[in-house]
Parts: sequence; C-alpha cells; structure tokens
Amino acid sequence: MKLLDAPKGKTVTVIDYRGGKGVGFKLRQLGICPGREVKILRYAPMGGPVMVDVEGRSVALGRGIAARVQVEVA
Amino acid sequence: MRIGLIGQPNCGKSTLFNQVAGYKAETGNFSGTTVTFTESKVRLLGDVVDVVDLPGTYTLAGTNPAEREVIKYLRSNEVDVVVNVLDASNLAHGLTMTVELMELAVPMVIALNMMDEADRLGIHIDVEKLANFLGIPVIPMIASKGRGIQPLFVKAYKTGQKKAIPNYSEFSQDIERALVILENELKDVKSYLNPRALAIKLVEGDKEILEDITQQLPNISADLKDVQDSLYHQRGRTMDWIITGERSNLADQISGTVTIRGKRKITFRDKLDDILLHPVFGYLALIIIMYIFFQTVYSVGGWIEAPLMSLFEQFEGWVLSLFNGSQNFLPRIIVGLIQGVSGGVAIVLPYLVPFLIGLGLLEDIGYLPRIAFLMDALMHKLGLHGKSIVPFILGFGCNVPAIMSTRILEDKRERFISAALSTMVPCAARLSVVFGLVAFYLGPVLALGIYLFNLFVIAVTAKLLSRIVPETSPGLILEMPVYRVPTARTVFNKAWWRIREFIVEAWPLLILGSAILAVLNFFDVAYYLNAIIRPISWILGLPSEVGVPLIFGVLRKELSLVMLGQALGSMDFAQVLSPVQMITYAVFVVFYIPCLATMMVITKELGNKAMWYITGLTVLIATTASLFARGVAEIIF
Repeated sequence: MKLLDAPKGKTVTVIDYRGGKGVGFKLRQLGICPGREVKILRYAPMGGPVMVDVEGRSVALGRGIAARVQVEVA
Repeated sequence: MRIGLIGQPNCGKSTLFNQVAGYKAETGNFSGTTVTFTESKVRLLGDVVDVVDLPGTYTLAGTNPAEREVIKYLRSNEVDVVVNVLDASNLAHGLTMTVELMELAVPMVIALNMMDEADRLGIHIDVEKLANFLGIPVIPMIASKGRGIQPLFVKAYKTGQKKAIPNYSEFSQDIERALVILENELKDVKSYLNPRALAIKLVEGDKEILEDITQQLPNISADLKDVQDSLYHQRGRTMDWIITGERSNLADQISGTVTIRGKRKITFRDKLDDILLHPVFGYLALIIIMYIFFQTVYSVGGWIEAPLMSLFEQFEGWVLSLFNGSQNFLPRIIVGLIQGVSGGVAIVLPYLVPFLIGLGLLEDIGYLPRIAFLMDALMHKLGLHGKSIVPFILGFGCNVPAIMSTRILEDKRERFISAALSTMVPCAARLSVVFGLVAFYLGPVLALGIYLFNLFVIAVTAKLLSRIVPETSPGLILEMPVYRVPTARTVFNKAWWRIREFIVEAWPLLILGSAILAVLNFFDVAYYLNAIIRPISWILGLPSEVGVPLIFGVLRKELSLVMLGQALGSMDFAQVLSPVQMITYAVFVVFYIPCLATMMVITKELGNKAMWYITGLTVLIATTASLFARGVAEIIF
C-alpha cells in the first residue's frame, strides 16, 4: 500500500520507495528508511501534505512523495 | 584555565555559552585565520576561567579550513579541557563526534544537553553507564532552562586540573592492527596531533597531514599505501568510508547500550498541532495570528511615528528659521539631511522593529514550517512547490535571503518562478511604505487590503508563469520542528542583527539620497528625471514629482517614501496626495523593480538574463496592478 493511502492514526512500516536519488537521500536524512515505523499524524485538507511521526519527530511529506513510499500495516 | 565548548549544530551549544557568558564576552580572531571563536570570562570556584565557543561542525574531518582550525586549536595547549555538548534526543548522531574527539587525546567532559527533549520522546539514557563506557564524566543538563550548568563547569574545571585524558574507543581488529603499525613509525614525528590521531588521519587519506609527515618521514607514503591496500582488499571500500563507518558503528553501539526507548509522552506541545494544523481551526488560527501580527506592527509603529514626526517637523521649522526662511543652497541641503534622518527614525524603524521581532518570534516558536504545511495544497494549485512558500515567507523580511533560499528547490525553472514571485513579496522596506503611507493616513484595514491584493497578484502571476513553465518537481519533504518557547535573548539578537543592517547599510543611503534630491531640486535636474518617468506617473494619475523617488527607490525601497516627502515638499502626505494617489503609489512601489541588492543576488544565483526578465516583468506587473488598484480606490473614495 502507498503511504498516501494509510489512514490517519495508523502506524505503518516503510518497505521501499521509488523516485530520484535526491528524494531517497532526503527521506533517509529524516529517518524514513525501509524497516522504519512511521505513524500517520494528519492530512492537510484539499490535497495538502501528510504529516508523519518518525521516531518522535514530525515530518511533512507532499502527496507526490507520499505516493511513492510503499508501506505495510505494522 | 580555558574551557572549550564543542558540538554539532543545534545541540544547544550556543544556548549553553550564552547562559554562562559572563561579565566580559569578546570575539577573538585566532592565528592568521578568518575562523572566529567567541570567548568569555566566567567566575568559577574562586577562579576566573575562559570559556571558548568553538564553531559548530558535524565532524572533525578537517575537510574544510574551519574544522582544521578547530582540531589545531584543541590540540594546542591553549585549551585545558573540552566540553563536548551532545543532544540527548539524538545521541547516536552526536556520539560520532565524541569518538573523533577521544582520538585527539585531550581532557574532556560530556554535557548531555536537552534531557527534557529526550524525556519527551521517551528516550531514557543511563548516564552513569555512558560515563563508564566512555571513561569520561557525563553531566545531564537542560541548557535552555539553566539546569546542570553549575555541576558541568565544576566537573570540567576539575577534569582540566587533573588533565585526565580519556582512552580512545577501539575500532575493529583489522583496522587497529593497521593503526598500530603506523603509530610505531610515527612515534617521534613532530605534529600538533598525537601518533594515533595522526595514524587515523593518514589512513583516512588526509592529504595535508600526509604532506606534513612526508617531510619528516619520507618513507611514510609507501608504508601507508601498503596498509591502505590491504584494508581495501579486506573491506572492498575506500578509506574515508571505512573510518567514518567505524565511528558511526561505535556511536550506534554505545548509544544502543545506554539508551532505553520508552513510550513518548504526549504533551501540550503535541496537542498544539491538533489545533494549529486542524483542517478548519488551523486556517482560522493562521488568519488570526497574521491579523494580530499586522495589527501589532501597525499600532506600535503608528504610536511611535506620529509624535516623532511632529518633533522632527518642529526641528525642521526651527532650522529654517535660523536662515530666515531663505531658499538658498545650504538650508535646502540641511533640510534634506534632516528629512533623511527623520525618515529612518520616524517612518522606517517604528514599523521595522516590531515587524522583525514578530517574525523572529514566529520563526523561533516553529510556526513558519506549519504555514508551509497549511499552504502546500494551495501552492500546488498555483502550480508551485509547497517548499516555495519558504522564500515567500522570508521575502517579507527581505528579498535577498528569499532569493538565496530558492537554492532549496532542485529544479532550475522552479527556482526562476519562485525567485520572480519572491521579488514581488513586500519586504520590510516596502512594509514601511505601505504602513507609513497607507496605514498611517488611511487606516490599517486598507494596508491589510494591499497585502491581500499583493497575494492575489502573486497568485495570478504564479498561475501564468507555471503555465509557461510546466511543473516537474515531486513535492514537499519538510521536518516540523517541535514548538519551543522562544527566549527573549535570541529573538532580540536576531532582530537586532537585521535592524543593524538597516542602520549601517540603508540609513546612510537614505540620508545621502535625501540630500542628493535636495541638490537635484535646487538645480532643477529632478525635472528631467521626472520627465523620464512621466509616462508611468501620468497613466497612474500621480504627480510628476514621484519620478525621482521611484528612481532612487531602486537603491533602497525606503527611499521611495522618504524622498517622496522631499519631492512633494511635505512629509505630511495627506496634504499633498489624495487617498487614491497614496494607494496607487504604494501598490506601484510594492511591485516595481526589485531593489539593487535583490537584483544583484538574482544575477548571482540565476544569471544576468533571469535578472532582466524579472526586472522587466515587475515593471509590467507594477503598472497593471497599480492601475487596477487606482480603479478600485476611485470607487472606494
């Protein structure tokens, strides 16, 4: 399932992500890497970004990015 | 005794330094470099010690001059003990630097800072275990609240007296074997580094150190190559990779053994996002916060502007009376100078100071990235990247950093659009025009209206530009910092920094410009300059005298207000301009040609061609927008 499709409040495990080198690097820097659990905190309205909790830090991901991150329910 | 503070960026090192920086703080330039360390004298246990704040770096790899200077400084005998500041909420990351510091064999103490943050995240660190593991005293603390500072410095003082040098942490066996071989050879070499640190730096491939050593030990490079080759065979990785990998493995191990991860506590600050980022209340809050912000800037500014202005007018009248009301060269120049001074004190600063303090507050609280979160969807609708909100927000302070911040955008075309749009964001200088003219004479609602109209024009321009230049970027990735209670000290420091820039750089220009205008007026040169601008000022229904202020406004936007008073012969604009003219003029000033500094930074960041495109575009938009504003204003008044 895509991270984008995970419901609010759920904790999911990151499996993989597609996308350019830059995107992967940036995600890893913020601790979003395969195997890591993230919690979906909230979605901004009108197609805005999704905010996730990664080890206690909040990170906002645009929907375009969130659609590229594959996750499964932990 | 001298104590050196070292740590990675954002570990709270500067907060700690500011807490202890005592009765005498000074900035020192050290031995022939441009790297500056800040030093302060502190009373401790009946002694006066020096505390040095070293620049924050992620590593001590010596890959840039600043890092090299830090290493040399630490190894010189000038520092008796090093305080390594670590962020407890991000321990493994910080420990990589601790491992590097231990290699340098200098007496050290660890300040385990931000214990409250770690606690909030449910991270429990066994402080005693960490200290035993490293063989270094560890003092838990919360620098922002002033907790643990006294014990930290007492411990540092005692460690410095004992000159207790910690043991280094051992790497994997194959690397240790390689290091021992080199260390034996390096025993008698003269260097600012100890043999082990030298060996590590050599294995890592530090060219500067290798050159230095080769002069004393010509054989070293052959031996080093042997060692590196055999390691490369075993590991299949280049040397810099191996050593950094070892350090971060060590750091991970240490952090893993001393840390217990519990459940994170949900505090008020976490709940805050539920309101401030709520689909409905979040936007409501955004509007309220912005309203309060502008209302405060307006009332503080207006409250100061009016009495100061009348004071200056009286002074002006008094000066003129000294010349018996003559209109000679000298009195005109003097009046020009006075108006330049009063423009800075009475018109610009009253609004600039509260604005910058407010912006600093929003920044330090951590609200700005939340605006990006809330506005991302809208930005996308405009065909823009959510991240491009960052240059926009910065643009309200000054367009120059805004243009620089477009670097965060990967795509070149996106950068161009964002840069073009950020130059249309009314910076603090233009704020003084909007507030000093429109808000002061016509009320704050109209000023807010100009800001909203500005956003509208930017949105239309964005839409048009993104049609021409299609969007390609993937989207927003942004860390939301935790909400922090800002300290008055940092907010005022930051505001002061920016205000100082105005006082030092812009104000002299204002005074000079005002005086030059007086000269131009005296020799009637202004007439010709006004004639050049006449086509535009005529279309907009403005007096022809606005030509000179508009030309000089390109130097600094504040000039277009201060010199307007000069040009029209009165600083009481209500007497010389109609409300419609005020609005039209303010709107034109908000959009037309970015100031000189902005033009230069665009050239630097995006090239000459982009700069001329943007400049041309802004004149076009300014004329269209102010014509439109004129039409609307004619209906209102």
